[in-house]
Amino acid sequence: MMTIIFGLFLLSLLVIVAVAIVKTKNLFIAAMLLSIFSLLMASNFFILDAADVALTEAAVGAGVTTVIFLSALRLTSQYERGTLASTRWLAILVVVVTTIILMLGTFDSQRLGDPDAPVHVHVAPYYIENTQELMGFPNVVTAVLSSFRGYDTLGEVFVVFVAAIGVMFILDARKGTGPEYALPEEKGLKHHLIPRAVGGLLIPFIILFGFYVQFHGEYGPGGGFQAGAIVATAFILYALLEGERTALRAFPRSAQTALIVGGASLYGAVGVVCILKGGTFLDYSVLLEDPVTARQVGIITIELGVGMAVCGALLSIFHSFAARQPTGRIE
Amino acid sequence: MNFEYLGYYNYLVFAILLMIGFYAVISKGNLIKKLVGLSIFQSAVFLMYISMGKVEGGTAPILQKGVVDQVYSNPLPQVLILTAIVVGVATLSLGLAIVVRIKERYGTIEERELLDAD
Repeated sequence: MMTIIFGLFLLSLLVIVAVAIVKTKNLFIAAMLLSIFSLLMASNFFILDAADVALTEAAVGAGVTTVIFLSALRLTSQYERGTLASTRWLAILVVVVTTIILMLGTFDSQRLGDPDAPVHVHVAPYYIENTQELMGFPNVVTAVLSSFRGYDTLGEVFVVFVAAIGVMFILDARKGTGPEYALPEEKGLKHHLIPRAVGGLLIPFIILFGFYVQFHGEYGPGGGFQAGAIVATAFILYALLEGERTALRAFPRSAQTALIVGGASLYGAVGVVCILKGGTFLDYSVLLEDPVTARQVGIITIELGVGMAVCGALLSIFHSFAARQPTGRIE
Repeated sequence: MNFEYLGYYNYLVFAILLMIGFYAVISKGNLIKKLVGLSIFQSAVFLMYISMGKVEGGTAPILQKGVVDQVYSNPLPQVLILTAIVVGVATLSLGLAIVVRIKERYGTIEERELLDAD
C-alpha cells in the first residue's frame, strides 16, 4: 500500500519535472533537471523490482549523461530561442490527440503486476527456474544478460563501441597541430579547496565500489555495464577537479581506446574460443570440464569485457568533448 | 477504495512522458533541446518496459536460498532496458557531437537560422 502511494508520487513528480525541462529556456537548467529526472526514474525502477536497471540509470543517466550534456553546452549555447506560436499550437494539437489515443490503447493492456500477462508466461519462467542449476549463481538478470541472451549483449557492446568511435571521428579532428591547437592551460577546480579535497577523497572509494559492482554482479545487482559507468565517473571527477591535461597524463587517450577495443574483443574472443573448443558461439559450457564452473568463468570474463568497453567508451566520449575549445561567440 | 484503475497509472504516465518528449522534438527549434526531448521519449519507453516486467507481490529477480514460493519479477525486460540505457547515452553523445560541429560550422544551433544560412 505504501509502495503504491510512493510510486504514484514519484511518477507524478516525473511528469512535473519533464514539463519543467521542456518549458525552460535555459539549457543548463534543462541539463540539471534532466539529471533529477533520471534519479526519479531510477527510484521508480527500484520500486518496480528492477534493482540492476535502477543502478544503471543512476550511474549513467544522472551521472555521466549530465556531464556530457554540460560539456556539450560549453561548446554550443546557453539559451534557446522561443518557438513560433503557430508551430507551437500545431505541435500541441498533434501531441494531445496522440496522447488520448495512447491512453485509450493503454486500457486494453494488462493491469500493472498481473501475473498472467503474456510477457510473464513465455520464456521468463524458464530463466528463473534454471539459472541456479545451470549457472550456480542467484542473479537472474546477469544470467540472462551474459549467457541466455549473450548475443544481444555482444551486439549492444559493439553499438557502444561504434558510437564512441563515431564521437572520436567527429570531434577529435583538428585544423592543425601548432601550439594554438595544443591542450588548454590547466583549469579544473585547482583554486577551490573544498571540492578538490572532498573529490580527491571520494575517487578511490568510487573506483573500489565500481570493482565491487563488477565482480559481485553475479550475486547482487550489478555487472559490467554499471561498473564501467561507475569507474568512468571516478576518472571524469578527477578530470573535473585537476583539469584536462593532468587527467590525460594519468589516463591517456590511447589507453582509453585500448580499453574499448580490448573489452569488445575480449567478449568476441570468448565466443571464438567456445567454437574452437567444439561448442557453439558463446556456449560457455565447453570451456572447462565442469559445465557450471565453465559458464561462471565465461560469464565473469565477458562481464569484464563489457565493463572495460563501457568504461573506455564513456571516458573517451567525455574527453572528446572536454578537450575541444569553444569557437566564436557563445551566447 | 478501488485500486483497479491505479494499475494503469504507470502506463498513463508513460503516455504523457512519451508525448512531452515528442512535443520537444517536433516544436523546439534548438537542436540540443530536441535531443533533450528525445532522451525523455526514450526514458518513457524504458518506464513502460520495466512496468510490464513487474509481477504482483514479486521481488527483484535475484534468487534467495531456502526461500520457496517466492514470486520474482520478469528479468527479461530488465535486461533489455539495462543495455538500452548504456547504448542510449552513447548514441546521445553522438548526436551532441554532431550538434557541436554544426555550431562550429554555422555559428548557431537554431533550426530556423540554420535553414536561412544554407
